[in-house]
Amino acid sequence: MTGRLETALRARIDGGGKCLVPYITGGYPGWVESIRACAANGADAVEIGIPFSDPVMDGPIIQQASQVSLDAGTTPISILQEVRTLDVGIPLAVMCYYNTVFHAGEKRFASDLAAAGVSAAIIPDLPLEESTDWTAAADAAGIETVMLAAPTAPDERLPRVTERARGFVYSVGLLGVTGERTSLAGTATALAARVKKVTEKPVLVGVGVSNAEQAVEASRVADGVIMGASVVRRMIEGGPDAVGAYVREVREALDSTAW
Amino acid sequence: MSIMVTPGADGRFGEFGGRFVPETLIPACQELEAAFNDAWADPSFRKELDEVLHEYAGRPSNITECHNLSEQLGIRLILKREDLNHTGSHKINNVIGQTLLAKRMGKKRIVAETGAGQHGVASATAAALMGLDCKVYMGAVDVARQELNVFRMKLLGSDVEAVISGSQTLKDAVNEAMRDWVATVESTHYCLGSVMGPHPYPYMVRQFHRVIGDEAYAQCNDLLGTNPDVVVACVGGGSNAMGIFSGFIDTSARLIGVEPAGGAAVGRGQPGVVHGMKSYLMQDEYGQVQEAHSISAGLDYPGVGPEHSYLASIGRTEYPTVTDDEVINAFQVMSRAEGIIPALECAHAMAWIIREAHTMKGKTVLMNLSGRGDKDVGQMMGILDGLK
Ligand SMILES: Cc1ncc(COP(=O)(O)O)c(C=O)c1O
Repeated sequence: MTGRLETALRARIDGGGKCLVPYITGGYPGWVESIRACAANGADAVEIGIPFSDPVMDGPIIQQASQVSLDAGTTPISILQEVRTLDVGIPLAVMCYYNTVFHAGEKRFASDLAAAGVSAAIIPDLPLEESTDWTAAADAAGIETVMLAAPTAPDERLPRVTERARGFVYSVGLLGVTGERTSLAGTATALAARVKKVTEKPVLVGVGVSNAEQAVEASRVADGVIMGASVVRRMIEGGPDAVGAYVREVREALDSTAW
Repeated sequence: MSIMVTPGADGRFGEFGGRFVPETLIPACQELEAAFNDAWADPSFRKELDEVLHEYAGRPSNITECHNLSEQLGIRLILKREDLNHTGSHKINNVIGQTLLAKRMGKKRIVAETGAGQHGVASATAAALMGLDCKVYMGAVDVARQELNVFRMKLLGSDVEAVISGSQTLKDAVNEAMRDWVATVESTHYCLGSVMGPHPYPYMVRQFHRVIGDEAYAQCNDLLGTNPDVVVACVGGGSNAMGIFSGFIDTSARLIGVEPAGGAAVGRGQPGVVHGMKSYLMQDEYGQVQEAHSISAGLDYPGVGPEHSYLASIGRTEYPTVTDDEVINAFQVMSRAEGIIPALECAHAMAWIIREAHTMKGKTVLMNLSGRGDKDVGQMMGILDGLK
């Protein structure tokens, strides 16, 4: 059965468009309004980061936002309580590190996500080989588990990763952690093309997609983009309004390109 | 049959261990696992490793019977002298192994994390010897309290980056080294400094350190005609402890891993996942990793290697704690009684022995003296001045 996230992304793709999924650090001042701003300005889904003490896949901007959020007392539970009341009309995914899941218990965490109305989960330190317990619990609770495909993956590995992915396949844009870059890495489109060859699922490029121009460039090959650090920086510097304006800018760039 | 585990492809010691890393690093971990297994089974690699350990690092290290302390404490105390290795600690065993392996894999650069700076110094040393570029990540708090080692690393030609995120200690240095590795994995080997991290590190690092236990087993046999009754080591990530435990795991010796009271992963932690491994971990009710607090930068770590978690879970090993005050005392007691200034890390093992000696009257106790205390005298000078 196709989940809510994949259904929403497919609707965009089938309509000839490209998907835009902004990332917002949960619990950072203004995060709820920032999610509303994303939804109101053309995001297809929002990825909500549950802050973790040791975010090894994140660069300075998202680390900083996570730390501010944690210092303010954010917990996975406080985030999910607010998410439950969010009715933004687009699917929500959470991004969290595996210990958050493991500590809560896979089944409990999956059902907590479902109860809060979350559609999907992205767990960047849970690779395929370690994912069985979680995916069993997630599948049972109707949570779509997005899997990451990395530029270092040999050809033989990619189909196994995409096979297990639900919602979409997260095609990692570069060798490195989240953060803004002046140009899109060559690996971004190269990997997206490899991934597209082995799956029918939506393929979105994330990590290092830093502005509207790069979003368009990545989407020439992929079905869309996930944008993290560039969105979070605007939340830090300008609050929800700046997030909304930025999402609108990227949306318009994607919509005005002939694909 | 030995109770020592050789993990399979899933990297497990019982339920612990595994490989919880970003997808980007999976091929590198698999490649490292294959390269290590291949090298370890290759007599020419083993010969080269043994030669470098002997000619360059000074192995085998002695054992020393501590007559003065033995008399004071009513036990028979023997030290395994890892402090006498080149660079002053056990860390060099693992680093020489990993850098030889990195060269064999065609890597040009290594990154390392360090707490006390001993692993960083060992890495910088081996990198200089073998012509590799080396970058060491060290928490800003540790840079301040181990400044002599920072200078040593720079002198040896390495880059040292002070890490200002999180608790600014060992845990955060590991995070930053992993972030570097994610970005540079094609040219770089991550020279992890303890029996922790994703598979194959916990297993590989233990194999590189088991020379400590294998030597000590034979040396104790020569000296005592039997095994010691108790084997004691300090535990940060747990590499010097796994090294010496390896020699005695199938004997009847009690195996004691001493943790700092403020960094007691086994004693106060619960199973969790961080830094690529499932193991005991100090964490809060939501799974956020807690900051450790220890006088010793090398033990200031909220986790522990997965094999320790496994051995604790089957009851083979014990993990008591000692306080900073007990360590400050042990540091001075050992210096005065034996003329050996211990590293603050292994002063934890000494502190436990001092406290528990009355329960071990007449027993033979083997302690792993994992490093020398030269690096700590500046810090101790401040502490002892403050106590006056
Ligand atoms: C002398 C010494 N002993 C012990 C340790 C702790 O590490 P491990 O528990 O891996 O032996 C360190 C770490 O810096 C050290 O320098």
